[in-house]
Amino acid sequence: MQELLAQYQSVALPEVVRWVNVGKAEEFPENGGACIKYKNKQIAVFNFTRESSWYACQNLCPHKLEMVLSRGMIGDKEGIPKVACPMHKKTFSLKDGNNLNGEDYKIAVYPVKIESENVYIGFID
Amino acid sequence: MNFSLSQAYKIYNHAISFFNYRKTLILSRNLNYIRINTYLYLNLNQTYVVMRKIVVVGNGMVGYKFCEKLIARPVRGDFQIQVFGEEPSPAYDRVHLSEYFSEKGKDELLMAPRSWYEENGIQLRTSSLIAEINTEEKEVVTYKGEKQSYDYLVLATGSSAFIPPIKGSEKTGVFVYRTTEDLDAIKTYAKKLRKKNKSKTTVLGGGLLGLEAANAAKELGLETSVIEFAPRLMPRQLDDAGSNTLIRKIENLNIKILTNKATSEICGEEEIDALTFTDGSRYETDMLIISAGIRPRDELAKTGGLKIGERGGILVNNKMETSAKDVYAIGEAALYNNAIYGLVAPGYNMAEVAVSQICGGDKTMADHIDMSTQLKLIGTDVASFGNPFIENDEVSAITYENKRCGIYKRINVSRDGKKLLGGILVGDASEYQNLFQIYINGMKLPENPEDLILGSRGGENTAMGSMTDLPDTAQICSCEAISKGDICNPLETGQCSSMDDVVARTKATTGCGGCKPMVTDLFNATMKTLGKEVKEVICEHFDFNRQELLDLIKINKVKDFNEALNLFGKGHGCEKCKPVLASIFASITMETANKQVTIQDSNDKFLANIQRNGTYSIVPRIPGGEITPDKLMTIGAVAKKFDLYTKITGGQRIDLFGAELHQLPEIWKELIDAGFESGHAYGKSLRTVKSCVGSTWCRFGMHESVSFAIQIEERYRGLRSPHKLKGGVSGCIRECAEARGKDFGIIAVESGWNLYVCGNGGATPKHAILLAEGLDDETTIKYLDRFLMYYIHTAAPLMRTAPWLEKLDGGIEHLKKVVIEDSLGIAEDLEKEMEGLITNYECEWKQAIEDPEMMKRFKHFVNSDEGDDNISYVPLRDQKMPRAWT
Repeated sequence: MQELLAQYQSVALPEVVRWVNVGKAEEFPENGGACIKYKNKQIAVFNFTRESSWYACQNLCPHKLEMVLSRGMIGDKEGIPKVACPMHKKTFSLKDGNNLNGEDYKIAVYPVKIESENVYIGFID
Repeated sequence: MNFSLSQAYKIYNHAISFFNYRKTLILSRNLNYIRINTYLYLNLNQTYVVMRKIVVVGNGMVGYKFCEKLIARPVRGDFQIQVFGEEPSPAYDRVHLSEYFSEKGKDELLMAPRSWYEENGIQLRTSSLIAEINTEEKEVVTYKGEKQSYDYLVLATGSSAFIPPIKGSEKTGVFVYRTTEDLDAIKTYAKKLRKKNKSKTTVLGGGLLGLEAANAAKELGLETSVIEFAPRLMPRQLDDAGSNTLIRKIENLNIKILTNKATSEICGEEEIDALTFTDGSRYETDMLIISAGIRPRDELAKTGGLKIGERGGILVNNKMETSAKDVYAIGEAALYNNAIYGLVAPGYNMAEVAVSQICGGDKTMADHIDMSTQLKLIGTDVASFGNPFIENDEVSAITYENKRCGIYKRINVSRDGKKLLGGILVGDASEYQNLFQIYINGMKLPENPEDLILGSRGGENTAMGSMTDLPDTAQICSCEAISKGDICNPLETGQCSSMDDVVARTKATTGCGGCKPMVTDLFNATMKTLGKEVKEVICEHFDFNRQELLDLIKINKVKDFNEALNLFGKGHGCEKCKPVLASIFASITMETANKQVTIQDSNDKFLANIQRNGTYSIVPRIPGGEITPDKLMTIGAVAKKFDLYTKITGGQRIDLFGAELHQLPEIWKELIDAGFESGHAYGKSLRTVKSCVGSTWCRFGMHESVSFAIQIEERYRGLRSPHKLKGGVSGCIRECAEARGKDFGIIAVESGWNLYVCGNGGATPKHAILLAEGLDDETTIKYLDRFLMYYIHTAAPLMRTAPWLEKLDGGIEHLKKVVIEDSLGIAEDLEKEMEGLITNYECEWKQAIEDPEMMKRFKHFVNSDEGDDNISYVPLRDQKMPRAWT
């Protein structure tokens, strides 16, 4: 199980080695999320229309290790964009992946860019 | 201890020759000091301070509390803290240990995560048993022979389970109930037993801990009994009548209680198979959990030459000092005033005293330790305070016993009616906090002291008076020793402005949580006297409660969440307000969950219930529980085709588990083609209307309960509400549909239908209350329309009908007036609104599978047609279940 978690490490914008096209922007619901597959990773991608921004993070909720974060509700906590896991409503910052409930675990986040209506996620592998 | 620079350098050079000054110059948390190494801190006033080292042995609740209180002190920078814990895990909440099986994982029970110790500069070593203490050399020795010196030693070694000297206690299958490891061992053994089709478990000890252990065993699904030596349960807290009430309550939950039984032997060859008692009787059991009391862990102190009490416990004075210099003992290991205190509140108090003493303060332990306690045992409220048993020439007991509801209350009042000396509450402890305050503060009693437990009958005034009448010194949170003044003063001076501020500042309510209602009341009362409005708002994004938002959205004809947020809120919403607004929109326009998908709660979003491994379950509607053989076969065929785990639900329908997200539309298509529709099992909406077989077949039936149940279920199908709604219709007063355990229950009587409302099962079961009797079909439905719509309009989010009625001003009498007499003049509107919702009903699954746009959301991946490869199953009784969570 730890191996599963270890697959996901945050990628900072300057580190990006490869931008992967994961679909058309319209395939991602407004103010909601959907999941994409890259190699053996599952990545949740959020189209935060209200903020005019996009976020990506691991689809794996570190709490009970299920692949569900893309199905969670998004929103903000005092201005920090966040996602709430649909299982137990653990919430994570979409900016840096930090847990917003004061618990130990956090999630990996990835850079997103939109070019001519296509969504790209930045990876280092 | 301040030294000149040169002196300090000498000490420092001497003490740690390997230490590299430059490398480890770190700013300590306390900004008055710069840390040079673990022994020396550079004081910014240019004098060196030699840190004194505190070694804490034991990392339980009290050991943890000691650290927490110490680091909050301004002189914290003077101390280096090293903690040794024997268990592998950092300190956890032992009070809620029985929740380990049911609700909470190990992490959730932790007092603080490991990182907390690091962040606060506390060196924590778990799995590190201290084998020896040497008070002359001032050092402790670990089990590996490693020596650590100390300036102050704090023994918080706690207690172990007391194992009575009974023959056979070494047998396999005999456990104690003390640590999470004990619980894990019990769990593993229970699994083993289950494979052999055995599950008989006996708990030895009917005290507080024993009943907790019984609860844990019951949570594991074991057939549980409790054996108590004394003639009653909880002999230190309850009298005979209190114990009898508790026994009846617990036995209703299928836990068997045997009192007056002294165990003489634990029988069995290698594994336990029975107990024998001194009266010659024998009791068969497959497992024994001993929870017969605690024994202070004083062995370390004993070998270290500290004074120990005759029957164990490390002797301490009111400063928590032991017989050795600079050695303190706190918690269950400490013997104070000739007693060991097995409750967390006195333990925390001792931690506070020890911290104060070490920091040069003068706090001491009170002479009399209050052992009042309030807790929930196996779902039953139990409280005992002051002297629960006293009754003599000067003191009379006032008791109230209600065998029907399982409630027993006793207060011991001085003959002159002026003083409350103690009491007992079983089955309903809602008055505990008030009674305890009156007792502990010696407050005046009302003219008729019985009003304290019966409520004042007749007049409008409550017996208690106002919360604001309590003296400032009144202790509100006994776990953290927080007084009324501690809570109210920061509010009055403006240092705190919200309930969260109060909790963060005082830590009140964070222990057992029993004081939460009282702290909330105090907060509200104080804010009111300050002229500040306290409002229950939905979340940080909307400064309105649900009822206000519903009215605003309705009056302004708001279309969707974004518009509502722009008009009445701020920010971007969250997981709290989104589902509330989704429910509000559905309650106004009957819009389905397909319209605003991204604001729907986890289950509504995919029109199915998300289960443990991220798969979903499917529940088609089976109105009133009536189903044709053909439809039953369709369900079977679908379940077989998609390999779904199949189970009959409590609401007389069938649940199919283990469908992956992308399979949902395909499955539903087959079900809908066969004439099924959504059962809304995933929504905060009408679930089922359960029925008994009724007069069509039953020889006792008075009316056709099935037909009426189907009519009602079809009427309100898809109706979304603040919480789920369940109904029931019984054909006679034998009540086979259990209708009174529902939000609305209809029971046939000679003259028509009796309508009951606001009941529920669940964690706080409530019987529904009679709203009207002898009704015809039409009137029943009319009243139901009004009642449901009134509830939908006025309840808070996720508030079921029973707590709603409890909060409703005027209670059931008010509700009767609104529904039957139309006292508010809204009955017609309510009926019209309901009619509008019913007309607009649409099966949302049918809607979803017919619209390719709506179907998109059921794909697991945007860029692949594969499913989630993380899902795996294990076999279970010819079906399957998700693999366990790690």
